[in-house]
Amino acid sequence: MKFERREAPYIRPANSVSLVMLQVLVALVPAVAAHVWFFGAGILYNIVVAVIFCAGAEALVMRARGRAPAEALADGSAIVAAVLLAFALPSLTPWWVTATGAVFAMVVAKHLYGGLGYNLFNPAMAGYVVILIAFPADMALWVAPRMGDLDYQHLNALQTLWFTLSGELPSAMSFDTVSRATPLDLMKTGLAGMQTAAEIRAEPLMGDFGGRGWEWIGNFIAIGGIGLMLRKVIRWHIPVGVGIGLLVPATIMYMIDAGSHASPGFHLFSGATLLCAFFIATDPVSAATSTTGRLIYGIGIGLLIYAIRRFGAYADGVAFAVLTMNMLVPLIDRYTRPPIVGHGPEQPG
Amino acid sequence: MTAPTYDLGTLHGGLRLDPHKTESTAARLQQMPVPAQLVLPLTQHVGEPAQPLVGAGDVVLKGQPIAAAGTALGAPVHAPTSGRVLAIEPWPVSRRHGDPAPAIVIESDGLDQAMPIIPGALSYQEYSPEALRAHILDGGIVGLGGAVFPTAQKLAQAVSGPLDMLILNGVECEPYISCDDMLMREHADRVVSGARILLHAIDVERCFIAVESDKPEALLAMAEALGRAADERLILKQVPTIYPSGGEDQLVQLVTNREVPTGGLPSDVGCVVQNVGTAAAVDDWVSRQEPLISRVTTITGPGIAQPMNVEVRIGTRVADLAAFAGGYTDQAAQLIIGGAMTGKSMSTDEVPIVKASNCILLLPAPPPQGPELPCIRCGDCASVCPVRLLPQQLHWYYAADDEAQLREHGLLDCIECGCCDLVCPSAIPLTASFRRAKGRIRELEDEKARAARARRRFENRQQRLATEREERNAELRRQKDNAKRAGPDAIAEIMQRKQRTTDDRKDDLDDDPNDNRDPKP
Repeated sequence: MKFERREAPYIRPANSVSLVMLQVLVALVPAVAAHVWFFGAGILYNIVVAVIFCAGAEALVMRARGRAPAEALADGSAIVAAVLLAFALPSLTPWWVTATGAVFAMVVAKHLYGGLGYNLFNPAMAGYVVILIAFPADMALWVAPRMGDLDYQHLNALQTLWFTLSGELPSAMSFDTVSRATPLDLMKTGLAGMQTAAEIRAEPLMGDFGGRGWEWIGNFIAIGGIGLMLRKVIRWHIPVGVGIGLLVPATIMYMIDAGSHASPGFHLFSGATLLCAFFIATDPVSAATSTTGRLIYGIGIGLLIYAIRRFGAYADGVAFAVLTMNMLVPLIDRYTRPPIVGHGPEQPG
Repeated sequence: MTAPTYDLGTLHGGLRLDPHKTESTAARLQQMPVPAQLVLPLTQHVGEPAQPLVGAGDVVLKGQPIAAAGTALGAPVHAPTSGRVLAIEPWPVSRRHGDPAPAIVIESDGLDQAMPIIPGALSYQEYSPEALRAHILDGGIVGLGGAVFPTAQKLAQAVSGPLDMLILNGVECEPYISCDDMLMREHADRVVSGARILLHAIDVERCFIAVESDKPEALLAMAEALGRAADERLILKQVPTIYPSGGEDQLVQLVTNREVPTGGLPSDVGCVVQNVGTAAAVDDWVSRQEPLISRVTTITGPGIAQPMNVEVRIGTRVADLAAFAGGYTDQAAQLIIGGAMTGKSMSTDEVPIVKASNCILLLPAPPPQGPELPCIRCGDCASVCPVRLLPQQLHWYYAADDEAQLREHGLLDCIECGCCDLVCPSAIPLTASFRRAKGRIRELEDEKARAARARRRFENRQQRLATEREERNAELRRQKDNAKRAGPDAIAEIMQRKQRTTDDRKDDLDDDPNDNRDPKP
């Protein structure tokens, strides 16, 4: 009897890229739901716009590269990048702003570098930075959380949709009555204005650790992230590294002078810290590859986030921190190769 | 004497695989009757082919040597039963995935008549270690774990360095294979006896018998056999059930916490590893004069009707063995000899069972699979690599065909265990590509070595010719000087003598520039 020859091993892998991406998306669901609860439906519109433009741009680029669009779209990585980009945006963001970031992320940051697996920079963060610089006014339009005791006007779902499509508020509202500074903005401007950290923390927008609403979204991001760790979709090294890099300097500075520095808890639960630690910095393609390298990569991101928040011009620094460390990845990989078994401890390789 | 203590080491990475052992261990060890025809490939070991000692038409007895060890890494082949040699001809062999290689084909006479036992044979203690090793070679014994390195030569190589222990490998970590498990369950005493003979052959005082933790029956049987033997040099050691703990270097690391150096052998860290089946074969030969003519083989997988372990004569065709095991099911689409991770895929079941054949695995056709995607650098491959390589980086350099970086990143340390393939979300056939890259590097090395040899030969020849020319010129000058001093008579005499010898030297002078001055008139 004749048989077909194949190559060992004969057991097939159970995992797949699309399965990885699907799990990441599922892990983001609780945080997106919390976002809707506190800040309205805006994030859903942003996600829809980002997904349409990411997928559309990817399809067009694949065609331009002479390949089938389905080949790239099937792995789901464009969807993940779109959702992460949308998550980083204010809930009131006009569609063309989101679209600009999405197209840049896919065309320049991802496919000009060769597509999935070859991109040096995190596509979502590259897209975010482009719109942060190109549309600074739009990117400052953060609404206040929907809390009963807070006296702000809120847009309903339809009004938010209209804003997303047209960039115009309902006639009865103005930017001053709907938007509020983010907790990180408050902290930055407050400290610059000679308020103490304790005074700033006493503002009605502030919660137990970070801003009200924000910190709850942070909890749900952490739940999703820990879920991914338990399922071994991500490993602990990068999240822990980001935590160490951010919290160690924050704690030291807070202990030296609590009056003019935000607490470590505030840093952890504000801005995009947790989203970065569990979902953005853990993008394997643009991260370091060995376990030691990943720890160093995470610590570097954490340190840069702290430095930008404390000394930089921007209130948050996640995107710049991630992109900067992306550039250092080849260097980190070069110097953090694990010792091969049998090569002895004294040899580098 | 206090026993030295050894730390248990750990294995980096590895995988917990679905073991699939119970299918073949449900029934007891079976005995397969001698089939009508047996096929004995001349290469059943790592070295050069064995030299046939018989020809077509010869009558042979069971256990009779029919091929002699060819070179230093060869091993003899014995007739597995009595009968007649039909032919020595190319036959599909497992070593070549079903492509043909020379083999001795024997037709059984159904009598299974053995060679007469030599009376008054020595017991193993009466041999010197060296003589015992030579004797083991005569039994045709090679490593039965699948690597088929001739046992005697492996032992001889090991004793050339500082050796302090023998490790018997009863780990059998690959899915589906259970022949060693079954051998230990049913023939633990043979294994223990073989271990003691092996200890004598290498003159060391310690033997660890390593058995995986998922083989409680084998562990119990071995513990009982060790109790009967009451030999305190032998220690049973349970190792964790994790693939690939049964790889030779990995087992050394697990049992002794010593890392076998790159490109080296276990003997570099004082160990020699033998499979439990090999130990039993050594016992059969040394204690009972039965050379290696049968082995325990697992036949299993969804493609076979009655998975089992069976003691089978070397030379039995897989087709005959499959028929004995109830025949194929309609799922049989792939025939693999060895395990599901590292086994060899066959094109035909005409291949015979050889000394290396530990498992006959019949698998269904693999499920259709998505396309290979680009590497997303998730690093799962690196986290399971038992050698602590970075397969994701090797993959990158393989794509770039960068030999220097492949070497730098340890390609040649890859043991081809296949762990990285199994965890890759992009379905990249990493192991196959590393196997190809290693092959290419080895080819390049061979080519370089050949070129270097050719250059050395050429340079030596140039040197030799130059020296000869120099010597000849010196001789001529000396004769001339002598002649001048001796006068015309002597010159005439020398010319005469030269005339006589010229013909003899004609060939040598072909290369010589002095040819221009041909002394012939």
